[in-house]
Amino acid sequence: MKRNAIGAPARHIARAICLLALLLPAVAFAAGRVPMPVVDIAKPGKCVEDTAIMRREHSDLLKHQRDKTMHEGIRTREHSLKECVECHASANTGSVLGEKGFCQSCHDYASVRIDCFSCHASKAKLAGGAKP
Amino acid sequence: MSADANAALSRRGFLAISAATLGGVMLAPGIRLIEIAGARAPDQAVSRQVRWGLLIDTNKCAPGCDDCVKACATENGIKDTGHPRTDAQWIRKVELKDMRSGRTHSAPVMCQHCEHPPCVEVCPTGASFKRADGIVLVDRHICIGCRYCMMACPYKARSIVFEDVTEQNPDVPRGKGCAEGCTLCVHRIDRDRQPACVEACTKAGHNAMVFGDLNDPHSEIAQHVAKYASTQIRADYKLNPGVRYQGL
Repeated sequence: MKRNAIGAPARHIARAICLLALLLPAVAFAAGRVPMPVVDIAKPGKCVEDTAIMRREHSDLLKHQRDKTMHEGIRTREHSLKECVECHASANTGSVLGEKGFCQSCHDYASVRIDCFSCHASKAKLAGGAKP
Repeated sequence: MSADANAALSRRGFLAISAATLGGVMLAPGIRLIEIAGARAPDQAVSRQVRWGLLIDTNKCAPGCDDCVKACATENGIKDTGHPRTDAQWIRKVELKDMRSGRTHSAPVMCQHCEHPPCVEVCPTGASFKRADGIVLVDRHICIGCRYCMMACPYKARSIVFEDVTEQNPDVPRGKGCAEGCTLCVHRIDRDRQPACVEACTKAGHNAMVFGDLNDPHSEIAQHVAKYASTQIRADYKLNPGVRYQGL
């Protein structure tokens, strides 16, 4: 008897929580809070690898290339971050960052922080400084 | 038919082999070997046979002239942040005076690119390293900003970046929290160009700096070093720097 008296409101609360949990994704996505990434390529053409490979493995390719360049002085253009920026920088801002930037929009969507551009230039070319 | 094809193939094979042999003979005296190493293909790793070096003639280096320092800052995107005490310094002009004779002269001092670099020895992560061709660099990807290298370097050649960096030169990535120093303009060297400081010094007509491969007996720098007296700063440390000075 005692158990039942306490159990009834608890069961109500549990049911409410379950309902809320089930509804949560629907509530979150219906509002469209996560915008889809903007893949706006100013220079259309073929990338150095297939799209599927680039989507999944671009970070590994970049990491491999970075070690080769840094330690062995190998400066091939394929898989180099500079070349990525050269091709994928937005025509409007000249950058791969920004809300509609090629790198940032996708990384925002996937909720992955990009550290590259705290050191590397996010713009294709700048006035001043040497150009290869 | 098949016999003909065989004959043609064997003739072609013979020609290829003889061409290869001839090439080998031409390479064998070793006269052009270093030059080939210098003009390496972009996908070829740097070679231990090269030792990049600088020779600075302090007799030709005018006191007060900072063409090399300015060129370095432009090339590597080093900007004045308004905090001169903590700004990164890749190259600085040092004015010297002999108190007995009163002779004054000045010289640019940057990373001396030692053969046995103390900064590499103390680095806890392996970020500070020496490339096969003798250039001492910081791999910023693994630098944790501990500044041991700054303390270890007897030439005060390393700096740490205290503030966010924007508008970098695409060839020279730089950022907050990493140690850095003169790279000998490694991005230029890899494309067969001279460091920015040397180029600026020559362009202005001072000709106080010579850059080249110390291991190549035909290079200008090696011939200068073989002919004239030159010294290394604090040679008593036996670090064997790649940067040498005349007239110190």
